[in-house]
Amino acid sequence: MKDFKNAEELLALCDEEQKPISEIMRRRECALGETSEEQVQERMARALSIMRQSVTAPLKTSVRSMGGLIGGQARILDAQKESGRELCGDVLSQAITYAMAVLEVNASMGVIVAAPTAGSSGVVPGLLLSLQEHGSFSDGEIINALFNAGAVGYLAMRNATVAGAVGGCQAEVGVAAAMAASAAVELMGGSPRQCLDAASTVLINMLGLVCDPVGGLVEYPCQNRNAAGVANALAAARIALAGIRQIISFDEMLDTMYHVGRRIPYELRETALGGCAATPSGCKFCHT
Amino acid sequence: MSFISVFDVIGPNMVGPSSSHTAGACAIAYLAQKMNNGVLKKADFTLYGSFAKTYQGHGTDHALLGGIMGFATDDIRIRDSFVIARKQGISFSFTPNDQETELHPNTVDIRMENEDGRIMTLRGESLGGGKVRIVRINQVEVDFTGEYNAVIIIQQDRPGVAAHITRCLGDHQVNIAFMRIFRESKGETAYTIVESDERLPDDITAELMVNPHVHDVMLIQK
Repeated sequence: MKDFKNAEELLALCDEEQKPISEIMRRRECALGETSEEQVQERMARALSIMRQSVTAPLKTSVRSMGGLIGGQARILDAQKESGRELCGDVLSQAITYAMAVLEVNASMGVIVAAPTAGSSGVVPGLLLSLQEHGSFSDGEIINALFNAGAVGYLAMRNATVAGAVGGCQAEVGVAAAMAASAAVELMGGSPRQCLDAASTVLINMLGLVCDPVGGLVEYPCQNRNAAGVANALAAARIALAGIRQIISFDEMLDTMYHVGRRIPYELRETALGGCAATPSGCKFCHT
Repeated sequence: MSFISVFDVIGPNMVGPSSSHTAGACAIAYLAQKMNNGVLKKADFTLYGSFAKTYQGHGTDHALLGGIMGFATDDIRIRDSFVIARKQGISFSFTPNDQETELHPNTVDIRMENEDGRIMTLRGESLGGGKVRIVRINQVEVDFTGEYNAVIIIQQDRPGVAAHITRCLGDHQVNIAFMRIFRESKGETAYTIVESDERLPDDITAELMVNPHVHDVMLIQK
């Protein structure tokens, strides 16, 4: 099988084969990764099981992070659900709780699945596992959604960046949210084009977001930003599933995101010298 | 461009909090222990750049020590690596170095000392997303990622050694993906790194050692 280098080629392959993005990505992995379908399914199932652990564990026991900036937020959010005063609706509310939970696990040296990075690891499992709970999707369907997300993330890695130090938070949480949005659209029965429209929408809406971790740690505001990521993903998926097209393609948005990222000043690319990290309150946790 | 797997995107599975500062650090040390023949007694780590500044908050120290004991990036024992190392009788130290700033921002030097007194040093870089490379072995500049099965041959820089290596590999039907030779200077110690898609036969080490100019062989299977 020939590899796809951009979203346009991916769409052409989906069209040609009459298959969803997830299936094209799975076939690509088998062919180019020289491995069997059983093996890739098994590996993805393992990722899903780690994801499930990491969204639920902090709801029962909260652990303080290494840097001491976060811990316990997911539990508070979960308790709020019981109060009956729910603002966001079930799917978003649960997704926010889950996304923030993963960052707690991550910041306390628990096991997570980077998706695409550790700092943005809450978005994809947060949204997909919330959707699974509220939409009664099977594990098989969620695994498909993860392959879909993987295709979007692969394009970002190949044609732009997913490193906060290179492209800011838009490249980390932005890309994670684009992945989640596209995966959610496929899960809900949307077309490949709608998936990539949703991914494009996310990048449009998160364009320029800087990476400014307080104290240089993957804790704060990263945890909040993961919650923002699921909200952005859900909004974009909603728009795409309604059949609303985007003027700007995902390929163009990746290109733009990359260019904007490289123009973000050094102080705002994971150096903890600007943004939230440099506010008087944030600076109390400065290292130097 | 090397292949980007779906598991480079949905992955690595890892102990947090940072793919570059934790998972990458673990991966470098993990490679180091694979290259070390013998029982480790002492591991000293010198940290540069961002590693030097934020290693404690990112658990870089725990990850390095876990990796050197053979823990993979998603092994939860990384958390307790200090305690485990002490139990195993491995002594260790971490020294931040903020004087040298010309290096890649996430660089670590590892000095490993074995029970038999053998010492090996290497330098690794964490490139982001858990990807790493080894850039120096015992003061010789190299370039090695551990993404393939590899054999590293430490040899005297003499005519015929490379031919001996390729003959050994050829006899075993090993298809060479990449082969590079790095050396200190003419006639001195050289390092040949051969990478292959397939697993390398375990008895290749003894055959390579037959040549008197071959000092040591490290077999690093994926």
